[in-house]
Amino acid sequence: MSNFRMLSTSGLLGYGFPEESLRNGLARDPHMIGVDGGSTDPGPHYLGSGKTLNSRRAMKRDIKLMLIGARAHHIPLVIGSCGGAGGEPHLQVVADIVRELAREEKLNFKLALIHSEQDKQWVKDRRAAGKVRALRGVPELADDAIDKAERIVGMMGSEPFMAALDAGADVILAGRSSDPAPWAGGAMRDQCAPAPSWYSGKLLECGATAAWPKGHDCLLVEVNAGGIVVEATNPIRFCTPNSVAAQSLHENPHPHLHQEPGGMLDTTDCTFTAVSDRAVRVEGMQWRPDDVYTVKLEGAQLLGHRAITICGTRDPGLIAQFDSFLESVRENVSTKASAFGVAPEDYRLNIRVYGRDGVMGAREKVKQTLSHELGVVAEVIADDQETANDVLAMARPQLLHVDFPGRLCKEGNMAFPFSPSDISCGPVYRFNVFHVVQLDDPLSIFPIEYESL
Amino acid sequence: MCRSKNAGPFEVTIDIAFADRETYEKVKASGVVCAQLIAERYSVAVGDVIFTAYDAGLAFKATIPRAVSAGDFGDTDVYGCQQHALLLDVELPV
Repeated sequence: MSNFRMLSTSGLLGYGFPEESLRNGLARDPHMIGVDGGSTDPGPHYLGSGKTLNSRRAMKRDIKLMLIGARAHHIPLVIGSCGGAGGEPHLQVVADIVRELAREEKLNFKLALIHSEQDKQWVKDRRAAGKVRALRGVPELADDAIDKAERIVGMMGSEPFMAALDAGADVILAGRSSDPAPWAGGAMRDQCAPAPSWYSGKLLECGATAAWPKGHDCLLVEVNAGGIVVEATNPIRFCTPNSVAAQSLHENPHPHLHQEPGGMLDTTDCTFTAVSDRAVRVEGMQWRPDDVYTVKLEGAQLLGHRAITICGTRDPGLIAQFDSFLESVRENVSTKASAFGVAPEDYRLNIRVYGRDGVMGAREKVKQTLSHELGVVAEVIADDQETANDVLAMARPQLLHVDFPGRLCKEGNMAFPFSPSDISCGPVYRFNVFHVVQLDDPLSIFPIEYESL
Repeated sequence: MCRSKNAGPFEVTIDIAFADRETYEKVKASGVVCAQLIAERYSVAVGDVIFTAYDAGLAFKATIPRAVSAGDFGDTDVYGCQQHALLLDVELPV
């Protein structure tokens, strides 16, 4: 195939996109339509808890329009990293939406589900065999960490998508996938070269982010013999050589080397040429296959449960001595929590101060607080929710009532915007598996299930 | 453009990009934007900074370890998208 066109509807399933952009894209006769479903970006909670990042309602709206369009044009609909984290519960939420839409819209098609959740014993065996290594800044993997992870997903490459397309799947829903992999798989299966196929995936996974002005919208990429041509389908957005080149920098440690399952996409020698005032041709990308095939593993472990309260002060006398004030708060919480049976080692109290260093934390260089207001988010993490709630409920009155020298605001130190003021946030996780595992077969750990709808 | 974002949950990457080649080349030649600058501003070792000039994109990219992994206890910026701000008062010779 000389010209292979792919249409992406946005940077994330459930972000929404204008219907007109989808119509414009479909009018260009794309060979495949899809959207990226997830990322580690929203943090470890979703992988750990099994919850989806975007709402079922928002995802259903996007899938409905894409599914109807895909069936009308007889092209595959492909969604990677379903439900956000791409674990089994996330994949099943999206599969359930697709089954429901098939019934409601009376559509018939072959659905492929590609699973990515991994058996912990298999991960341990690979580790023991020396087939697992840590990514930069991550400790070596231990069996203990594997046990503690709520779930571990493998990040699939392009091969499972090609296999599902070969099997005649009309709709492919995948667990955790490298973001460009669905697109790379679609294009390579159509005999496109790996380099432009992967590069097109890098652009498509972010929707119209490669265009200006940025927005949650559709992007069309054509892969052809010389490279790729990229264009936003909404007439208000323009791809320019600069906007497309800048997208190459996105969410990657290095601007022109992109490690993907099975190889490295090298964009060092890329050229960006305007082919119209709204479309750009990119050429010169290279693909260097790895000697050993690897995929990333991601896992999240439970840290505890969180409770928070939000408040603020506008009192200059208090703002001028905020550190010592917080110290008194901490001491009082410690004494009073111990009195009801919660020792200091049984919880962690973090008091975030917005208007001072709430955004930068310890890396903040501005040491002089100039704000006339300070916002406070007090956070307690403990093993169980009740303990977190109880300690937080003790931190709240300390913030409100702890005395300080020269205090004028004797009725209360903090303005609380809400009643109730204490919020139970539920379980808290951290990424504890972020490693690379060698595979003998790119398909072996990503089983594909087919069903006829 | 000056922006930051997670590059995975354990690193933050900062992009500084220019609208025209002349300005980019001027800044690049000055050597002001370098690994040392990033190390100082973010209180990390120079050896922990992956710094690259990306001529095709008229941009510099610096990737540093996060102080706390995304979403872990004590993290202040889960998406890492406000960490660019420590560079906004750097004087550029343009």
